[in-house]
Amino acid sequence: MTAKKLGLKQRYAHMTRGLDWETTYQPMDKVFPYDQFEGIKIKDWSAWEDPFRLTMDAYWKFQAEKERKLYAVLDAFAQNNGQASVSDGRYINTLKLFLTGVSPLEYQAHRGFAFTGRHLRGAGPRVAAQMQSLDELRHVQTQIHTISQYNKYFDGLSEFPHMHDRVWYLSVPKSFFDDARAAGPFEFMIAIGFAFEYVLTNLLFVPFMSGAAYNGDMSTVTFGFSAQSDESRHMTLGIEVIKFLLEQHPDNLPIVQKWVDKWFWRGFRVLGLVAMMMDYMLPKKVMSWKEAWEIYFTEGGGSLFQDLARYGIKVPKYADVATEAAEHISHQNWAVFYQYTHAAGFHTWMPDREHLDWLSEKYPNTFDKYYRPRWEMWAQAEKEGKRFYNMALPQLCQVCQIPMAYTEPGDPTTICFRETQFKGETYHFCSDGCKDIFDDEPEKYAQSWLPVHQIFQGNCGGPTVPDVLNWYRMNNGADNMDYAGSPDEKLWNEWHAKAAEAAG
Amino acid sequence: MSVQIKTIEYEPKRQTFGHVARRLGADKPASRYLEATLDVQPTVNFHYKPQWEPEFWHFDARKTAVVMEDWYKPLDPRQFYYATYNIARANMNQSVERSFAFADERGLIAKLSDDARSQIEHGLLPLRHLHWGANMNMTEICQRGYGTAVTAPCIFSAMDHLGMAQIVSRIGLALDGQTGVSLDMAKETWLNNPAWQGVRKLIEDSFVERDWFQLFVAQTLAVNGVILDLVYKHADAAWQEAGVTVAMLTEFMTDWRAEESRWSDSVIKTVAAESPENKALVSQWAKLWIDRAVEAAKPLSASLLGDNGAVAEAAGEATRKRALSLGLAL
Amino acid sequence: MAQIASLTLYHNDDARPIIEAILADNPGVRVMNLPGCVKLDSDGPLVINRASVEERLGRTWDPQEMHLVIISMAGHLDEDDDQFTVSWRH
Repeated sequence: MTAKKLGLKQRYAHMTRGLDWETTYQPMDKVFPYDQFEGIKIKDWSAWEDPFRLTMDAYWKFQAEKERKLYAVLDAFAQNNGQASVSDGRYINTLKLFLTGVSPLEYQAHRGFAFTGRHLRGAGPRVAAQMQSLDELRHVQTQIHTISQYNKYFDGLSEFPHMHDRVWYLSVPKSFFDDARAAGPFEFMIAIGFAFEYVLTNLLFVPFMSGAAYNGDMSTVTFGFSAQSDESRHMTLGIEVIKFLLEQHPDNLPIVQKWVDKWFWRGFRVLGLVAMMMDYMLPKKVMSWKEAWEIYFTEGGGSLFQDLARYGIKVPKYADVATEAAEHISHQNWAVFYQYTHAAGFHTWMPDREHLDWLSEKYPNTFDKYYRPRWEMWAQAEKEGKRFYNMALPQLCQVCQIPMAYTEPGDPTTICFRETQFKGETYHFCSDGCKDIFDDEPEKYAQSWLPVHQIFQGNCGGPTVPDVLNWYRMNNGADNMDYAGSPDEKLWNEWHAKAAEAAG
Repeated sequence: MSVQIKTIEYEPKRQTFGHVARRLGADKPASRYLEATLDVQPTVNFHYKPQWEPEFWHFDARKTAVVMEDWYKPLDPRQFYYATYNIARANMNQSVERSFAFADERGLIAKLSDDARSQIEHGLLPLRHLHWGANMNMTEICQRGYGTAVTAPCIFSAMDHLGMAQIVSRIGLALDGQTGVSLDMAKETWLNNPAWQGVRKLIEDSFVERDWFQLFVAQTLAVNGVILDLVYKHADAAWQEAGVTVAMLTEFMTDWRAEESRWSDSVIKTVAAESPENKALVSQWAKLWIDRAVEAAKPLSASLLGDNGAVAEAAGEATRKRALSLGLAL
Repeated sequence: MAQIASLTLYHNDDARPIIEAILADNPGVRVMNLPGCVKLDSDGPLVINRASVEERLGRTWDPQEMHLVIISMAGHLDEDDDQFTVSWRH
């Protein structure tokens, strides 16, 4: 007699549920010391639903198969010197920003989900969080392995962990994740599981990875899509978390709404770096940031928030401001990095004519009016040997830590400044969104390790730009400055000259 | 006719990342394990103190009393990174699938005597809860620990324990005709049967241990060495005629234990060897938790094997020997 | 505004039978081709039937094998041994 086969749902229930128990030799509140202080009320942890129902045997099987495929591509890529086959040497700069700015966040997510995977009281969400912790470790490790091949040839990649902990603009993504890690377990789940993974991650991965595919970077597109296949599980965890919290108790609604508002805005600010990558750094472009925003936030997020309306959840505060800013943000960010190219760990350039025309077409409301003239002026200055560098250290927003370069909603010619007083000090912000976040938790955000303040306080290697670059382990003249004249460009041109020669 | 393939020389500018080269002492090619592990955890310039533990940063070497000059010394001899870990487990799991299929086809479980069944229900199935407790501990060490070299294998270990809890659950489902009745009974046994209360108290006490390296010693040396080895290694006689079947269906655990202890032992050895202070602390923790594990295991051993706790003592002795071989002084 | 259930899948050999099954079983699905992947959008639920995939694949297919080809999704998931559905309920 062979045993009857269990259905997926029953099998998962038997194999995972019921593993946990109420401790009696130690009080539950001591075993789970962190899941009360945020004020979230959970009546019944067993109401948690696990839509994917992966047992470890299935997890290992599928993930091993994905990894075999991925590493086969990486090996082939290295053997075939795929690094020389991308669309253009400029493309590598997207990888520099990715490895120094995004991969370390995957690592933080790995440790953060281990935290919630241990400290949420319910077994269901804990297992899901643990799997995500393991997946996030996968992501950082596969990213390092993929980009390792580029590091052998190109500058700006070699010191990624050191830079992530120090470099001024990398404090933007780092502080974002530190913020989530410093929060309680429920806020972490909403911040990263819901707001980042569900609402915003498509904006990071799908267009960017399609961009990698379009630019001939088969190794990056392979890890990207392969990672993204885990992401669909993570997104499901994110939406289950928010539904679960809202279904458990009506008192959770205002807390969750506040987190949704906060983390939408935090995530939106970090994604400005992606906006810039898409519009300026991909030599062959898939879609504009504005188009990506329309597909993945306006449309995708619209469906989501319509669905969540039944719980009383509203579209995040300032979503309208973010949508309006989609017309500006990539241009304003690129302007910052262009001006501070001497302190950036990747190369910059002014768009060529074809690229300018593409931007004009994609941003008919704003580009010709506000940005094209400035780019043409700066390009002209370059020609005349008067390339513009901004040598003054910028003022940073106390919350998102981006230099104060964003404009007022509805008025793209006026820089937006906000400020607030706390314990006798004045704090500065780039937006109402960031100011609201500070005002809600001033003790937390007053602590920010602001790179510019730290430089002024003498904590970053010294007072001059070369001192600071040295402290960043940023190789002056190789890692920084314009692509034109860089060792990367020289190498790229040599390869292509030789390839042309070899082809006869 | 000769075929001439024209190639271009792509001369690497560097062989590996800067932080990896500094640890290797030279810029030379590094393994995927090293590139995926070394210095991956952030170390400085954090922004906000955690609301849940403001006395520390979220990555903070002070969360254990042992001190390492460099937490990247205790490397994993298995050189696991995510891909190699998963591929290793997927391979091990293929044997699990074959064993369960074989046991099913041959009716190995169906024809067990009531005695053997009740022994498995009583002595083996409650282990799924101990694995779950171990999963909590290894997850905790992953989140609280310091340095990717130690913490990354801890999430692997946590998921291994979840996987093993699920293998034990499958044995239960095979016994009870896929109804889950045996799993409910096993939970009752875990919660209330006197034979298991020492073990349950031991693991619950470990849940509240705040020093993550002490927890590492408690779990990987004491709990794994005494309790898991007692049941998986030294209790064959308890399963009566099902001894071979149980051995076959728990082969994963045997292989896993041999493999994981190579890593966990080497971590303990490296940390203890760092300084006399570390050695004293780790030795003290090892003694404390092995002694407690032996006391906890005695009633279980007595109930399973009718040995008055002798096999638990023997498992404890073997674990003490192991601890000595790692350079500890008990 | 319409609520769009969506699946983004690899554009490769493994995914092709699944994409075909989706197109056959869900009339009105909109297809957006992107480099390396394909995004399928629907105003109603998007259902993948095991039987339809197996018909095209010529072997047994477990809906959990979706993990090997999925890149992204929008909507709530419901999965069992016979189907994999994403939809918005409200």
